[in-house]
Amino acid sequence: MEALDQIWVTLKHSALGVLPAALRGWASILLSIGPLVGAFAGLFALTTLVERKLLGRIQNRPGPNRVGPFGILQPAADGLKAVFKENVVPRAADRLVYTLAPVVMVIPAILALAVIPVGRNMTALDLDAGVLYFFAVGAGAELAVFMAGWASRNKYALLGAMRALAQMISYELPLILSTIPVLMLTGTLSPSKIVEAQNAYSFGLAQWHVFTPWGFAAFWLFLIAGMAEANRSPFDIPEGESEIVAGHLIEYSGFKFALFFLGEYLGLFAMTSLAITLFLGGWTAPVSFLAWIPSWMWFFAKLTVLMLFFIWVRGTVPRLRIDQLMNFAWKLMLPLSLINIVNAGLWHHLGSGPLRWLVSATLVVAPYFLLGQGLAARARWAPRTYRWVE
Amino acid sequence: MTALSHYLLLSALLFSVGLAGALARRNAIMVLIGIELMLNAANLNFIAFWRFHQNPASLDGPLMVLFSLAIAAAEAAVGLALIIHLHRRFKTTQLEQVRNLRG
Amino acid sequence: MSLTFVITALWTAVLAIAAMTLRNLIHCALCLVGTLIGLAVIYLQLDAQFIAFSQMLVYVGAISVLVVFAMLLTKSSETQAEPRGNKAWAHGLGIASMVFLVLAASFSASTVGKAADPGPRELPVAALGQSLMTTHVLPLELIALLLTSAMIGAAVLALHDRPKNPGDPRPNP
Repeated sequence: MEALDQIWVTLKHSALGVLPAALRGWASILLSIGPLVGAFAGLFALTTLVERKLLGRIQNRPGPNRVGPFGILQPAADGLKAVFKENVVPRAADRLVYTLAPVVMVIPAILALAVIPVGRNMTALDLDAGVLYFFAVGAGAELAVFMAGWASRNKYALLGAMRALAQMISYELPLILSTIPVLMLTGTLSPSKIVEAQNAYSFGLAQWHVFTPWGFAAFWLFLIAGMAEANRSPFDIPEGESEIVAGHLIEYSGFKFALFFLGEYLGLFAMTSLAITLFLGGWTAPVSFLAWIPSWMWFFAKLTVLMLFFIWVRGTVPRLRIDQLMNFAWKLMLPLSLINIVNAGLWHHLGSGPLRWLVSATLVVAPYFLLGQGLAARARWAPRTYRWVE
Repeated sequence: MTALSHYLLLSALLFSVGLAGALARRNAIMVLIGIELMLNAANLNFIAFWRFHQNPASLDGPLMVLFSLAIAAAEAAVGLALIIHLHRRFKTTQLEQVRNLRG
Repeated sequence: MSLTFVITALWTAVLAIAAMTLRNLIHCALCLVGTLIGLAVIYLQLDAQFIAFSQMLVYVGAISVLVVFAMLLTKSSETQAEPRGNKAWAHGLGIASMVFLVLAASFSASTVGKAADPGPRELPVAALGQSLMTTHVLPLELIALLLTSAMIGAAVLALHDRPKNPGDPRPNP
């Protein structure tokens, strides 16, 4: 099983051995990036199909089942449609910014996949400050949303873009703050070292960060903030079709819209991959007697489980209003993530025994309930005010 | 290869471009963008000098740039809030029309 | 001068000049973003990876978004009637070119600038964190205080004035 675990690494090394020495540098880069991007693009195609089928089943209908058996060829049909659909560009649109926006959306999502340890020894770019790199390239997506909304010269597009931008920057704080406990306790910013730190087993169960109280809280905070960053339901008011007619994506059709779609899903994959790396132990197995399964299979299995969870949430939870969303970020998630940092510090300093589990769990559960009760009690109808058009 | 003087020349160019814009543009936000360019030129200078320094263990360059980044962020936030407030009061962002205290 | 430096420096300089001279303010903001990305790549060439990523995160991710928001909230996104060749431009260009000439002359004439390259540097994040917590803890705390007060001040400044009675229209909309 060791051979199967390292099969991609050995394939790459044998391919490099065949090539002449001058091309080895470029070939090494391409051989690291190519299969990774290909795997995630294939996963994207599969996810669109699985999502539509599962959403259909949740809503008591079969989902796409015309194109190929069980609708398997639906992603191919979707891709063909996107390429051949008419590309309608508004006459007043700012051509350069309008065309660049989908590109600026997709590139950071692909760049972010470079630092994720997909398996043992299988990180495309092993940076010392990998987690910081991940958040740094994530800043490009916000810019792309604004560019799309503004270049369309459309009031609804601009309104949707501003809302999306406000949502993304509001949720960036809980996102980054919820990773701080992990970085504090592992003492490194490098994703491969963070996975290595979770590669130990105590009583057969892996020492993943999600199995600790502060890690559990941080994992859910990160996941919810990641969903909001990727504009994914229930946080998809900026692109909700029934509210604002797809917001910043109104004037996009055909291939550019498909690129936005791709960028959004790849961003979601990148966020989920980082969640798996930081909290779910990356490529490690959850129990020690299952550690013979190859590491990259574990990683993609975890990715699949989290994607199914996202699809489940999308089909179940109703869409949040923009003010509900912002209140949720600033009033609930931000204080909880700050308290979580203190919690992780206490966990580190309280030795190792039942005391630290008790203290840590209390510091997770008590603020959640107290804040929840406090915020729910204060929500009452505000006096009706009027704003006149200026 | 690239010598220190090339990085310093680029930093000087960025600084003077930022200075020209900050002096010549009439919109308050453009002046702020010019100031940000000047700050970035100074940051580049710090990093370039750190890179070519003989002492490999000194961290003064990156530390200085970290503090400069944080201060620039704070300054941009307050400056833009001031500009928004100015716009509400004077209905304009052109700096020449904000002259209540003049003369 | 290596090829990567020439390409990156051209990208940065051209976009910086564009950021200062374009008429459409949003284009200026986007060119500023391009300049900052070019600078981040130069920091990567100078072996300061942590600073490059921090620059992307803070400048591109936060400050550019702030600038764009301010442009939209102050209705500066329409094309400005900015006459070229007026006195302000002449003065600005004059002063800036004098500054540039002085700086460029001093940089080209110095011997420090021609010193040998001491080799690639390392910027371990752990060492930065150590020094921030031990020798440089006072600036760290001062920056924290500064950022907190700047955040509160900016929020207070940009807040809408409350109407005296609920139900009244807002003063100074």
